[in-house]
Amino acid sequence: MNRMPAWADAVLVPLFSILLAALISALVILAIGEDPVEAFSLMVDGALMRSSGWGYTLYYATNFIFTGLCVAVAFHARMFNIGGEGQAMIGGLGVALACLYIPWPHWTIALIGATFSAALFGAAWAFIPAYLQAKRGSHIVITTIMFNFIASAVLNYMLVNVLRPPRAMDPATGPFPEATHLPTFQDMFATADNPLFRGSPANVTFFIAVLACIGFWFLIWRTRLGYEIRAFGHSETAAKYAGISPVRIIVVAMLISGGLAGLMALNTTMGEAERLVMNATEGAGFIGIAVALMGRSHPLGVFLAALLFGFLYQGGAELALWTSIPRELITVIQALVIMFTGALDNMVRMPLEKLFLLFGRGKRT
Amino acid sequence: MTTPPKDGNAPLAIELKGISKAFGPVQANKNISIQVARGSIHGIIGENGAGKSTLMSILYGFYKADSGEIHIGGNKTEIPDSQAAISAGIGMVFQHFKLVQNFTVLENIILGAEDGPMLRPSLARARSVLKKLSDEYELNVDPDALVEDLSVGHQQRVEILKALYREADILILDEPTGVLTPAEADHLFRILEGLRKEGKTIILITHKLREIMEITDTVSVMRRGEMTATVKTSETSPEELAELMVGRKVLLRVDKKPAHPGGNVLEIENLRYVDSAGVERLKGISLNVRAGEIVGIAGVSGNGQSELLEVLGGYADAKGTIRMNGQEIDLTGKHSDGQSRRARGIAHVPEDRHHEGLILPYTAWENTVFGYHRDPEIQKGLLMDNAKIKEEAAAKMERFDVRPPNPNLAAANFSGGNQQKIVLAREIEKSPDLLLVGQPTRGVDIGAIEFIHQQIVRLRDEGKAILLVSVELDEIMSLSDRIAVMFDGQIMGERLPEETDQTELGLLMAGVTDTNKSEPEKADA
Repeated sequence: MNRMPAWADAVLVPLFSILLAALISALVILAIGEDPVEAFSLMVDGALMRSSGWGYTLYYATNFIFTGLCVAVAFHARMFNIGGEGQAMIGGLGVALACLYIPWPHWTIALIGATFSAALFGAAWAFIPAYLQAKRGSHIVITTIMFNFIASAVLNYMLVNVLRPPRAMDPATGPFPEATHLPTFQDMFATADNPLFRGSPANVTFFIAVLACIGFWFLIWRTRLGYEIRAFGHSETAAKYAGISPVRIIVVAMLISGGLAGLMALNTTMGEAERLVMNATEGAGFIGIAVALMGRSHPLGVFLAALLFGFLYQGGAELALWTSIPRELITVIQALVIMFTGALDNMVRMPLEKLFLLFGRGKRT
Repeated sequence: MTTPPKDGNAPLAIELKGISKAFGPVQANKNISIQVARGSIHGIIGENGAGKSTLMSILYGFYKADSGEIHIGGNKTEIPDSQAAISAGIGMVFQHFKLVQNFTVLENIILGAEDGPMLRPSLARARSVLKKLSDEYELNVDPDALVEDLSVGHQQRVEILKALYREADILILDEPTGVLTPAEADHLFRILEGLRKEGKTIILITHKLREIMEITDTVSVMRRGEMTATVKTSETSPEELAELMVGRKVLLRVDKKPAHPGGNVLEIENLRYVDSAGVERLKGISLNVRAGEIVGIAGVSGNGQSELLEVLGGYADAKGTIRMNGQEIDLTGKHSDGQSRRARGIAHVPEDRHHEGLILPYTAWENTVFGYHRDPEIQKGLLMDNAKIKEEAAAKMERFDVRPPNPNLAAANFSGGNQQKIVLAREIEKSPDLLLVGQPTRGVDIGAIEFIHQQIVRLRDEGKAILLVSVELDEIMSLSDRIAVMFDGQIMGERLPEETDQTELGLLMAGVTDTNKSEPEKADA
């Protein structure tokens, strides 16, 4: 076997990628005359050392779990769904319509209803590119990118012309009714003498994200559909031989993918803003690509990668707040992590593999 | 160049001394020494993975040997890349041709060997050299023809011309006859003999014993990275070579009793199929397969056999009539896919196990239900009953002697023969009424070929119908109870194996029937 063990591939490669990204980030921070050690400790302090910091980290992570799973499902069917952003926007529309126009008696029922609505809207938005790919061969990468722009325009139109309350100045819906308020971590865990998660947006949606990870695992590795999706992803000719319909797999996998992206809106729109605003997704759909790549399209990997990016988002915000490191540099650091874990994956893997072969001779796996 | 003669014999063209090469823990070549006399045809034979290709890649500069020396014409030579190999006078004809399809023959020949920045003088020089070579070696090819318009046999000649144009003295051919008709192969051998007469040295890599016996002067046998023997061809026999290759005695012919065919299982009438490019691949095929018989379809690859299997297997839409046990089956639409074919009792061992028969990254146990994964007995509620599948997989692998018998190993990690056994186990254990088998022993080692043939015959003896497609004429002749020959999407004729021979089948494969003997090879035109 001229490969390294699976655990090394899953653990060491991302770890070294992150270290490399951190190293180069440190050099950049040094170059602009700041102290990288101080910057790093500030990030850790702001994102992980206080419960309110965790509240933000987990809030961002929740978004990234959904979009990461969205990209991962498509990856298993060898499709590149870049449309998570647009699908999440339209999912937000689904959440807003469900929350605004249905009189929910209690948040639990509202959450279930909004979940369905969000998934349905996200899936519907993914259906059109999926159908075009399956029936017409229009490349899914191109169509999903285009659909991000269309989604943004649709949302803009809906907010400005349809959903905006009369006389409101910003393109947003009015606030959702009180009954749709989701319990935040603060609501759930803070006590009178221990004010945990104060002011942070993490909410009950996080647990839905965790459930989605578990469901994802069962779907992909334990069900017939998952078996067919993976088979199709590995070899389309073999799938045809086995009688697996490519059209069906492309459409179904994209529906699931779009549905997962749509679910992200639960967190941002129902959990945090409690109204639908423009640009609620804040690029999380794109971060999902990096999360899925880094997490090797496995739910546990996606979960961990989402936590890392949650940390980077929150830590980055802290940096911008407390140091003279400009906000743009945070984006540079995030980009470095994406670049090393996603695009330059092989750059780390190949030398590692060589090392393993060097020391692994004789004791074959 | 003067060459010190070795022990009084002909001077050596190539001498390899103690070549070793390892890929990680895998020792591909172990201390290999070989001497090839100038002006001889030297065969190298061995199973897949025996290290033949690695050795030739070292000689052609693709890999660097870990240790050992290469001597060309008596001088120690370093070959760091293929450019060095070419200037040392080595030419290589690969199994998969390296030609630019939309260039002319002439343009392909000067590619990489242009004399200067302008093409015209190079082309003119090439044209005159080509003329000389063609006359000398029976290598006639139209210099202005586009490569994509040439038959496979002609494309191979272009590859040989390319090497000769670069003044190769030593020609290496890797499995050259795999894609040729018997007639084309004979022509190739005549060319090789002509080259030998002119003093060229030829190394022929093959797994076909018959070719070795027919044309080589000496033959080296490789097994598991080692050179097990080098013998004079005139002093050996196919049986001895097979034993040297495998390391034990093997049965070269198939041991089977006469067939007792029953009623028709499969009836095909006027089957037509047009591929996505609009080319008609099947032009009105009619064929029956009865219970308890093996019908072999002979033909050079690319004459519609693959498409026939695809249509029967349910993943290509066609026109015509196919009846299974007397009942018509859908050839288009919703009920024309692999699932519904399987439901009708058709199992299929596809030609290409890597891209069709198996999902290589899947474990062996996942692969043992591929295509049958919707069977209700392996479902447990919403989930698949993986524990049960795994258990049954282990039993199947045991019965079909898959090595290693580990169901958790990815299919990619099995050898070709064992991968094929996994596919066969899956399809045969379903006890289908009709088994479609495409190239059952392609890339499979001799030891496993024996076992695979036995399993196919065993299924026949159970009274099942078998449709066998193979480009190996030997396999068709020894395994079939009835032979149909395909050429250009049509069945040229049916023959009984005991009443025909390679020559007659070879002519049919080239499209020659009694009525049109004037047109020997359509692709030549």
